[in-house]
Amino acid sequence: MNTAVFTGIDWVGYVDWNVRDFHGYDTPRGSTYNAYLLQDEHTALVDTVKAPHAERLLANVSGLTDLDSIEYVICNHAEPDHASGLGRVMQACPRAKVVCTEKCRATLSGYQDTSAWQFHIVGTGDSLSLGARSLAFLSTPMVHWPESMMTYCPEEKLLFSQDGFGQHYASTGRFDDQEPLETVMWEAKTYYANIIMWAGKPIGKALEAASQLDIDVIAPAHGVIWRSHPSTIIQAYKDWILCKAQPKVLVVYDSMWDSTGRMAEAILEGAGQEGVSAKLLSIRNSSITLLATEVLDAAAIAFGSPTLNSTLMPQMAAVLTYLKGLRPAGKAGFAFGSYGWMPGGPVAVDEYIKQMKFELLREPLTTQWKPTEQVLQECREAGEILAERALKAGCAQDT
Amino acid sequence: MQKWVCDVCGYVYDPQVGDPDSGIDPGTAWEDVPDEWECPECFVGKDEFSPLDD
Repeated sequence: MNTAVFTGIDWVGYVDWNVRDFHGYDTPRGSTYNAYLLQDEHTALVDTVKAPHAERLLANVSGLTDLDSIEYVICNHAEPDHASGLGRVMQACPRAKVVCTEKCRATLSGYQDTSAWQFHIVGTGDSLSLGARSLAFLSTPMVHWPESMMTYCPEEKLLFSQDGFGQHYASTGRFDDQEPLETVMWEAKTYYANIIMWAGKPIGKALEAASQLDIDVIAPAHGVIWRSHPSTIIQAYKDWILCKAQPKVLVVYDSMWDSTGRMAEAILEGAGQEGVSAKLLSIRNSSITLLATEVLDAAAIAFGSPTLNSTLMPQMAAVLTYLKGLRPAGKAGFAFGSYGWMPGGPVAVDEYIKQMKFELLREPLTTQWKPTEQVLQECREAGEILAERALKAGCAQDT
Repeated sequence: MQKWVCDVCGYVYDPQVGDPDSGIDPGTAWEDVPDEWECPECFVGKDEFSPLDD
């Protein structure tokens, strides 16, 4: 169902209630692929939808205007969840030109046959007059792909932010004031942590460029449109680009016969100090999606694995590989775990933590077979060090 | 001093500025930047850079 954002600017996208796996990112609340139609002397479509739903997009657009009135299809981002519908759209809209960056044209050509398409290449500072309204373009490399850009309509102070400020959240309400804000913010945080946590510097640059613009409404490519709370999400992003830590400790672990599990519980006990939020996360029942979201604003994290076949357990290797790729900044932690005859598991975890450029709070905390009371006491003390670190982060936050 | 541009993301390495966050002091010529240095914006290696003609 189309939804007016302003008179003559309509959301015409697709609400994907059913998607649960977004290339490995769990989406229990589904998602949306947002596309926007701007009717004017020259009509423009901003982004498309994922290819299987292209007919829905075309039906939505046809409900408002003839397909041959589309002169421009703005492509802010070539990733298939937004741009794979372009093939069908370009077939159906004979007058349309694709408006995108030079790198975006090359990326689109890597995914689809673009030989029959007309392109209008743009970069930062370029603009396009549609008639009563205009569009200005802002190249935002690595937010979150090399080819990415955002589009701004100055007449409505409206920023089409593509994946920026997005959430994987299917809903009947299209706007931030129509859905529970806490839920939307959680999904925005999850999106940030899992998709763009690594891109803090380029996002910081994009935020700075955007701060030169007068912005009343932010229309992302996924989830609700920020019309009542744009400053809330912008402030959240300013914290997230620094991976700004709450006074929060995580104990993340895998275990075979519960020895590493018992160590994890003892560390948690030590970490549970006044003013600190401490969580125990077994990777057996915590998705990597949740783990990344929790890591984003954690201050100190202990990672534990026993030794299996001379090294760490494979699912913990998957977790650490994923987190390492997301580049969480400014964290502290240590490795722990039990072993039978080779401490290779905890040692391998320690290596990952070093590669993630964490501040290492101590050497790997290990034990053989099953932790004694003495070892459990050492675990509690190590937990206290995590808590101390978390409280420092909390104080820094207040200044 | 010759500037170099990242072909993937457009970041410009200016020797006069260096990359202090990664321990590269201002005044460090491109040739003297260590091989394991990564583009601070997109993390690709030195081999993805080209000389920038101002």
